[in-house]
Amino acid sequence: MAVITIREALNQAMREEMRRDESIFLMGEEVAAYQGAYKVSKGLLDEFGDKRVIDSPITELGFAGLGVGAAMVGLRPIIEFMTFNFSILATDQIINSAAKMRYMSGGQFKIPIVFRGPNGSAYQVSSQHSQALESWYAHFPGLKVVMPSTPADAKGLLKSAIRDDDPVIFLEQERMYGSKGEVPETEDFLVPLGVADVKREGKDATIVARSVTVPIALKAAEELEKQGVSVEVIDPRTIRPLDTDTIIESVKKTNRVVIVEESHQFCGVAAEISAQIMERAFDYLDAPVKRLSGADAPMPYAKNLERLALPDVAAVVAAVREVAYLD
Amino acid sequence: MRPRGEQDEAGGAAVAVREDAAPDQAELREEHEHRLEEQRKHVADVDRETLLRMLYQMVLIRRFEEKSAEAYTLGKIGGFCHLYIGQEAVAVGTLNALRKDDYSITSYRDHGHALVMGTSPDEVMAELFGKAGGCSAGKGGSMHLFDADNHFLGGHGIVGGQIPLATGVAFAAKYRGTDSVCLVYFGEAAVNQGAFHESLNMAQLWKLPCIYICENNQYGMGTSLSRAMSLSDVSKKAAAYDMAGEFVDGMDVLAVREATLRAVERARKDGSPSLLEVRTYRFMGHSMSDPGHYRTRAEIERYQERDPIKVFSTTLRESGVLDDAGLKEIEDRVRAEVERSVKFADESPEPAPEELFTDIYASPIKK
Amino acid sequence: MATQVVMPKLSPTMEEGQLSRWLKKEGDKVSVGEPLAEIDTDKATMEAQALATGVLRKILVGEGQTVPLGAIIAIIGEPDEDISGLLSEAASGGAQAANKERIEDSTQGRAYGAPDELAQVVPGGARTQATIEGQPIRGDVGGRPSAPQAGAPEATAKAEPAPKQPQAEPSGDSGNGRRGGRLVVSPIAARMAAEAGINLNELSGSGPGGRIVKRDIEDAVSRAGQQPAPAAQPEPAPQAEAQQARTMPLHSPTFDGAAPYREEPVTPMRGTIAKRLVTSIGPIPHFFLTTEIEMDRAVELRRQLNELDPENKVSLNDLIIKVVAAALMQHPAVNASFQEKALRFYERADIGVAVAVEDGLITPVVRSANTKSVGQIGREVKELAERARSRKLKPEEYTGATFSVSNLGMFGIDEFTAVINPPEAAILAVGAVAPKPVVRDGQVVVRQMMRVTLSCDHRVIDGATGAKFLQTFKKVLENPLYLLA
Repeated sequence: MAVITIREALNQAMREEMRRDESIFLMGEEVAAYQGAYKVSKGLLDEFGDKRVIDSPITELGFAGLGVGAAMVGLRPIIEFMTFNFSILATDQIINSAAKMRYMSGGQFKIPIVFRGPNGSAYQVSSQHSQALESWYAHFPGLKVVMPSTPADAKGLLKSAIRDDDPVIFLEQERMYGSKGEVPETEDFLVPLGVADVKREGKDATIVARSVTVPIALKAAEELEKQGVSVEVIDPRTIRPLDTDTIIESVKKTNRVVIVEESHQFCGVAAEISAQIMERAFDYLDAPVKRLSGADAPMPYAKNLERLALPDVAAVVAAVREVAYLD
Repeated sequence: MRPRGEQDEAGGAAVAVREDAAPDQAELREEHEHRLEEQRKHVADVDRETLLRMLYQMVLIRRFEEKSAEAYTLGKIGGFCHLYIGQEAVAVGTLNALRKDDYSITSYRDHGHALVMGTSPDEVMAELFGKAGGCSAGKGGSMHLFDADNHFLGGHGIVGGQIPLATGVAFAAKYRGTDSVCLVYFGEAAVNQGAFHESLNMAQLWKLPCIYICENNQYGMGTSLSRAMSLSDVSKKAAAYDMAGEFVDGMDVLAVREATLRAVERARKDGSPSLLEVRTYRFMGHSMSDPGHYRTRAEIERYQERDPIKVFSTTLRESGVLDDAGLKEIEDRVRAEVERSVKFADESPEPAPEELFTDIYASPIKK
Repeated sequence: MATQVVMPKLSPTMEEGQLSRWLKKEGDKVSVGEPLAEIDTDKATMEAQALATGVLRKILVGEGQTVPLGAIIAIIGEPDEDISGLLSEAASGGAQAANKERIEDSTQGRAYGAPDELAQVVPGGARTQATIEGQPIRGDVGGRPSAPQAGAPEATAKAEPAPKQPQAEPSGDSGNGRRGGRLVVSPIAARMAAEAGINLNELSGSGPGGRIVKRDIEDAVSRAGQQPAPAAQPEPAPQAEAQQARTMPLHSPTFDGAAPYREEPVTPMRGTIAKRLVTSIGPIPHFFLTTEIEMDRAVELRRQLNELDPENKVSLNDLIIKVVAAALMQHPAVNASFQEKALRFYERADIGVAVAVEDGLITPVVRSANTKSVGQIGREVKELAERARSRKLKPEEYTGATFSVSNLGMFGIDEFTAVINPPEAAILAVGAVAPKPVVRDGQVVVRQMMRVTLSCDHRVIDGATGAKFLQTFKKVLENPLYLLA
């Protein structure tokens, strides 16, 4: 297996799928001539030409809706948001059109479209460019929401998302584009949507983490192992539909849960997971489920404040020790 | 034009009827004559079959909508119900310029478009009644009629939301190398939405075969055009995008069709999009809960004198295309169809409870 | 295609309308959207529009008349159309009622239930106010997972009106899993305790605020398994209650305040009973052997003995003690105790005899029962029991037995299992003697039968060992002459 970055993994996924299926096109700001704001689409224009790799004007609502319309009549668009912060302009088309078209037409249309781009915090880009929007999109039936945390997952999940017949919100993480990992080189390599991954096995506590908090959780687990605490790390990978079975199984084993996320806590994904654990595994809990989330404040610019706003390894270690009654 | 505001509108509508000076009868007659004259010029260019089909479609929409209104007052139709009475020439004129492989998509005022695109009155009425036999299986209702087989891409409920979708449909046509076109309809109030401008910009930039049809009925719900738009000549807005723009009299079905044919030809040739402003008038309120007190009786009467069905049937009679018996035959056929649609809708079962959770995903992931 | 014109709903609250003026008369042509009539609603005068084109064929409601929503007020149709069907429908009134109901359903959502509630104005209460004025929502963020949350819940609680019924005791942590009178225990710990038969009341919680958590149960289980010494915090738990605690460890938290109770201080005796029994059933791996014994000969022997010496009557239990002692001599493995690193076998049979006293039980010891006659045993037991009831036993008189007998036959108990009195290795539970039909030589006959159950400490006694002892016991008791053999 080759060791590549998430950026390269995503690039490979799109390249392989576009080779496989003519009906796939990529549209977004700076995806073509500029080779992608984060270079995820590097080289695609050269290979597929400007018919299939299209620089759009800065008009998120417009090109998101264009993608949905094209999907209604059989194309399979990949719509890139330079960051998901800008998708907020396009939510009318994502939520009112993409998510509901199949339902309100009584099943006549399918909308095979992927909206992808970086989500969540970056480095010192302040409030409007550091938002994690997964709970927004995961709220709506009709959408699928995916968040990879490794190069292999990124590639396998994006390929599955492109092949899926429903609208998929594919949330990458700017800080993770350079993360390296092993990725199978076969073109058939797919990671199914809706299946969680146990990133590390353990018995004393479960950490549920996604996207950028997965490596943080894994580091914390290493630290805790030195302290004699065995931690299981679960990465749901798909937020909707959520593989609660895997989480519940883990909770039944460890009895203690910490959920780590960079998004805001209120009405967030951790709140949902926590509620499901309470509903389905209440009798297995040894401690209240612990949520560790991004600060309940807009993201500040100052480096020290930004650091304080996000969960880090020390915080995760402390949270696990808290639920394991070690302090 | 926003459906969500309607309940307030109805609640706040309790004002006395506006008495108004009677319209100048001479002026009305003159106007009517002028219409007839215009139409007679064009009737010879169109084959008889098309002419009769268009009249039939207009009458079908009119009678269907009258029946819908009745059913609404009887409580058989719920929610929002936006009638198309008075605007029939727009859907009929434009859609009769299309081929079977073209597409159309519109807003929530969509009954007429669905009927002309070929959706059966039975299925449309059943949808309005919220029945399983409806064209959207009872899940969409009046605002969300869909018919994939007939390339009718639906009624959409957010003002202007269908405009980017249409642009994408046109994009797909071009991407595939076909010369299909997409017609998209919206009211003049949607022109103020960002979605309109974003779409026109992309369509002209990329030469997408989309024809943007503004059904200018001059009222965005209760707000007249002049109170909502800084430049109220909608067709002129095309200039901002270097796009072809045209103003058409929406009460003249033949003029509407001809303008559309010109736009379709441009689109098929090199993908050029167009903006058509079709001036029309709805005879009914914005929706069934609209008392219409923002307009005067004289104004409504003036437009009823220009009733597109009245004008077109007179033209056909005077041109010898149709006699009184022929007109009656159309009326009888339409009445039978509409009666049948109500019967069909009444008899169609409600959607089964389990339908609540179907059609959410095309490839559901079972857990 | 004649259409009905119904009294339309012209305002959200309209129930009926008065037809103030017809703007068309019968026979007039009307076109869609044209005003037909003026209606006075509860709010104002409004216009009813024609919803169809045709001729106003029939006016059914005269000016000044008030009719309910949905009433048919007119009919529009073609000049020559037959409208008799609609007319009779209008006359019947049935359609009107249905129309009205349907209109109201569709405009108010009543068909789907609940709008009556929605229609009511619910005033914002103290809680609403508290929320509005409350603190911003705090989450655990970044570097610092918060210690016990001191945020919103308390703030909300403060603003709540004082409840009419007094709440539980003021909250405060009290160490052993109790908080404000409630047992605080994590869900998994509660489950594990129930499964392991651990009484949560005896545990102290190590979690925040004294919460009993998983590791407290794990500790309790391993502690009980390793050391038969008294538990850290012995509490009253006689057999019956201890067993009840096994099945209902959660009675206090879940059903707080449901059952009334009174409390009596634990007497030293009750404390000792608890201590000893708790160190038994937990750490000692019990197993039980039951057999049925024909007592006719034993009963006859006792009768004869008592005939011989009426001043000094013996009980069946005295005879049983004698037989037990004799059997123990033949099976020394049962007359033994487990001493961690050694098995201790006793060379005489010192039999503990369970005696019920007013507030408990005590087990005085008949020393060297194997060497004593039944009469002697009888006298000793009687004397010890009397002193036990008057609390006059000396410690050496109720400790150090090598085997015990517990007889509940006098209470009509047929059969039961007794808890071993450590460090003894076994105890015999004796049921009542009663006539029962049994089969002898193919015939159903009535015999005096008695059931006994031997509880054995498996660390000392194996199944066969115990069974052989019981076999001997049964053989001798069924034929007491063996005592002389």
